[in-house]
Amino acid sequence: MSLLAVEGLTVRDQAGRALVDDVSFAVAAGDRAGLIGESGSGKSLTALAVTGLLPPGLSATGDIRLDGVDMIRAPEKQRTAARGPVAAIVFQEPLTALDPLMTAGRQIAGPLRRLHGLRGAALRSAIGEALAEVRLTDAERIARSYPHELSGGQRQRVAIAMALACRPRLLIADEPTTALDVTVQAEILDLLDRLVATRGTALLFITHDLPVAARVTRDTHVLRDGRIVESGPIADVIARPEHPYTRTLVDSARRFDAALERTGRD
Amino acid sequence: MTEPIISADRVGYAYRGGAAVLTDVSLAVPPGRNVALVGESGAGKTTLLRLLLGLTRPTEGAIRFEGGLLTRGRLRDYRRAVQAVFQDPYSSLDPRHRIGRIVAEPLRGLGLGAEPAKVAAALEAVGLPTDTAGRYPHEFSGGQRQRIAIARAIVGNPRLLLADEPVSALDLTTRVRIVDLLGSLCADRGLTILLVSHDLGVVAELCEHTAVLEHGRLVEQGPTSQVLGAPSHPYTRRLLESVPRLPA
Repeated sequence: MSLLAVEGLTVRDQAGRALVDDVSFAVAAGDRAGLIGESGSGKSLTALAVTGLLPPGLSATGDIRLDGVDMIRAPEKQRTAARGPVAAIVFQEPLTALDPLMTAGRQIAGPLRRLHGLRGAALRSAIGEALAEVRLTDAERIARSYPHELSGGQRQRVAIAMALACRPRLLIADEPTTALDVTVQAEILDLLDRLVATRGTALLFITHDLPVAARVTRDTHVLRDGRIVESGPIADVIARPEHPYTRTLVDSARRFDAALERTGRD
Repeated sequence: MTEPIISADRVGYAYRGGAAVLTDVSLAVPPGRNVALVGESGAGKTTLLRLLLGLTRPTEGAIRFEGGLLTRGRLRDYRRAVQAVFQDPYSSLDPRHRIGRIVAEPLRGLGLGAEPAKVAAALEAVGLPTDTAGRYPHEFSGGQRQRIAIARAIVGNPRLLLADEPVSALDLTTRVRIVDLLGSLCADRGLTILLVSHDLGVVAELCEHTAVLEHGRLVEQGPTSQVLGAPSHPYTRRLLESVPRLPA
């Protein structure tokens, strides 16, 4: 059975307009799936629906099973229980995902205390380990820092540490590197790559950036205007795009790659 | 050699009592030669851009405009010759004004005569329909708003466009279209661009000269083919290696 199975997911606003339209995909344990799309494609709403976090005013129909839990119809309590241990989410802007009034250490302590019942010295050392795992050196200082005292890359590492502290079987990452500098982006992608590989965590990676998706995902679904227009192994989708929209995406990315390649030849 | 439109001559900048944000930066933008300023957060790109725009004065060295020092008295001429486009097309257009008024703003400010025909020509040059003038910013997508911001920048026929991450906030397919637009404006109108960007693909596509800024210093500059094709500084190499690319 898939860890996450989405069947015919449709998300509507109050006017009844379908923002996500009949979307189906599955992520098996240890899998690495990508949702690729540009603004308005419905990729982030899909991630929110999957975790049962759709904002008020939006309603989902269809079927979402997250480790067997019905994320549309199950009572709030069951859906909350699935969030964290089953699926944790990392967002684009870590500054909005982190509480500005709480030190990084306390934020990571939250899930560790709640889910693993850690207290005192054991909790402190677990926080240190969580920070070391996302390659934050100087873990003690970082743990005492508030989000505004950290750089963008450090904040995203803290957000990843928080998400992974729950030991989720599925990590959902929604444009986790879009707000970061390219050298920091490369480091965070390496980090995600390594963490999901060593722990066997499944990954659902959401991005508008095809080359970034190619770097970390295996199977991919291309979304446009709320619908999946093409699915398949990402290498195939890039090498032989079938839908005209996918072809435009691939061509756009190739265009800038080619410009860079040319500088090497001139 | 032709006189640069603008140049920074051994420029330094430090906040009062603070560490230097820029140190010994020399950069020239000659007409017809697009220059890229590449660097990451905190490198000093925005500070250098503010100095070049005459919004802040350097604490060391000088900014020159068409050969002479950029003084307060020359700012008016300077604004006619140099216009700017910024990263976020959502915050750079006043939501209360119609597009026609927004695009005409530099004309009014510079006393160039805000004729609707000039506004219509600028909108046409950026590929927007003429009825755009009567509408409001919220009616447009990010890519269209960036076109509007570009129309506003070129309406007075400037020589130089300072573009601060003009495509970073845009989707990939939109990014290609805006880069094409900027390229064609250079070809058709003799416009020169100083592009601030962290996107090396965009830089390679648009600029002949590239300068790499790290921690407030230019670590490398020269022809783009050389700087990005055969980088000599380790930081430039690291930037290049970090660029995600499609598998061949």
